[in-house]
Amino acid sequence: MIKHIEYPFTEEKIRGLRVGDKVSLSGRVCTGRDRLHHFLVKGGKCPVSLRDGAMYHCGPVVMREGDQWVVRAAGPTTSIREEPYMARLIETLGLRVIVGKGGMGEATRMACRDHGCVYLQAVGGAAALLASCIERVDGVHFLAEFGSTEAMWEFHLRDLVAVVTMDARGHSLHRTVERRTRKTLKDLLSE
Amino acid sequence: MKKAHWEKNLVELIRRTSTDLPADVEQAIRKGLRREKKGTNAHDFLSMMLENAAMARRDSVPLCQDTGTLTFRFTVPTGFDTNGLASITRNAVSKATRLGYLRQNTIDSVSGEPYVTNVAHAAPVMEFLQGARKTVDARLIMKGGGCENVGRQYSLPDVALGADRDLEGVRRCVLDAVWQAQGRGCSPGVIAVCIGGDRAKGYAYAKEQFLRKLGERSDVKVLARLEDRLMRDIRHMEIGPMGLGGKTTALAVKIGSLSRLPASFFVSVSYMCWAFRRRGVLLGPEGGVHRWLY
Ligand code: SF4
Repeated sequence: MIKHIEYPFTEEKIRGLRVGDKVSLSGRVCTGRDRLHHFLVKGGKCPVSLRDGAMYHCGPVVMREGDQWVVRAAGPTTSIREEPYMARLIETLGLRVIVGKGGMGEATRMACRDHGCVYLQAVGGAAALLASCIERVDGVHFLAEFGSTEAMWEFHLRDLVAVVTMDARGHSLHRTVERRTRKTLKDLLSE
Repeated sequence: MKKAHWEKNLVELIRRTSTDLPADVEQAIRKGLRREKKGTNAHDFLSMMLENAAMARRDSVPLCQDTGTLTFRFTVPTGFDTNGLASITRNAVSKATRLGYLRQNTIDSVSGEPYVTNVAHAAPVMEFLQGARKTVDARLIMKGGGCENVGRQYSLPDVALGADRDLEGVRRCVLDAVWQAQGRGCSPGVIAVCIGGDRAKGYAYAKEQFLRKLGERSDVKVLARLEDRLMRDIRHMEIGPMGLGGKTTALAVKIGSLSRLPASFFVSVSYMCWAFRRRGVLLGPEGGVHRWLY
């Protein structure tokens, strides 16, 4: 069964999600990659409030058509690169949802548990499909400074499907799979 | 050389590569889908990958927003002007970027500044070979950073893996590489391996294996057997699509080998994500299309 969540995300709703749950996400999300995370952690001011909001690890392909932005491709990027910054940002900005791929590390797992945040794994590489869930672009920040890929895009989503892989109870599906497969690897190597 | 003609067809090669998943890859994903149970994350994610492929093809938009490193491999007739072709290829890349088939995806490593046209020194990567035919054989592979980052190179013997300088040692390296990658290379992936060579050629030759169709087994018997064995082993690992568990972790394993020095024994493993972008075309002397490949 699919669980619908919509911005602004309440702590109660987020804490009700469990690893393995399939969710469909709607409302505002902001993209952020390496430059933005680095900037925010160094004390840069966030141009939009991310309290009870969602951060999408994504560097989209966006084209200007007339006076509109058109998103052509917007799949998730590897999240682990933001591991040095994520826990701080969850705490200081009040993030409730992170969308990305590949999962994150221990500091983020703890921050999700302590502050009520979840990590969602979207389908990596499914850029066209995920772009089709973006209803409109509400704004863009740092376009000139960071370039289009690293800029902070404000997207309004409709039903982006992803799986909870780190929940607010301290569980991580990435960790579970890694541990289980390590055992199988050991077996295969002792053949 | 009719520049406009060549450029147009090279832009088309880029467009197809970026937006149109090859049939052999799509089939392999379908096969994986049939193996997974309905309602599982593995089944859902594979379905979404196929849905994405259909959508990208229909709307002519990139399969993945990371349009990757572009590696062209041209096989040209004797006496062909390769410098001319290189400059037309660079123009085609910058045009394809303007048209949105490629993301602005090239960054100066020292200053951090983007190259907005995706053209820089050694970008795109181009390789020229001389062939016997009158046509130009142009092939393109686009490989994103997520899967490139999980590639690995081993120097045997490797004590921790218990890997000696033999095929069993190679098998151990590949299994380790797949395990380390988990879902981070956007599994299910295609695993290309080179046994031997130096460090540079090892990775390069591993990547050459991506030009082989997925169903094509190695024509070296022992390597073909190792490819099959590794496919079975990897299936057991159950890393699954995007690392969330499931039976579909690899779509194919491709192994090649090069000679080596007595002192070194490298095993180079390159990982290609499911969004495996590979296309090719045969172009006539005036740049007209003879035939699309793959
Ligand atoms: S690994 Fe492949 S599918 Fe995944 S984000 Fe990178 S290019 Fe896209």
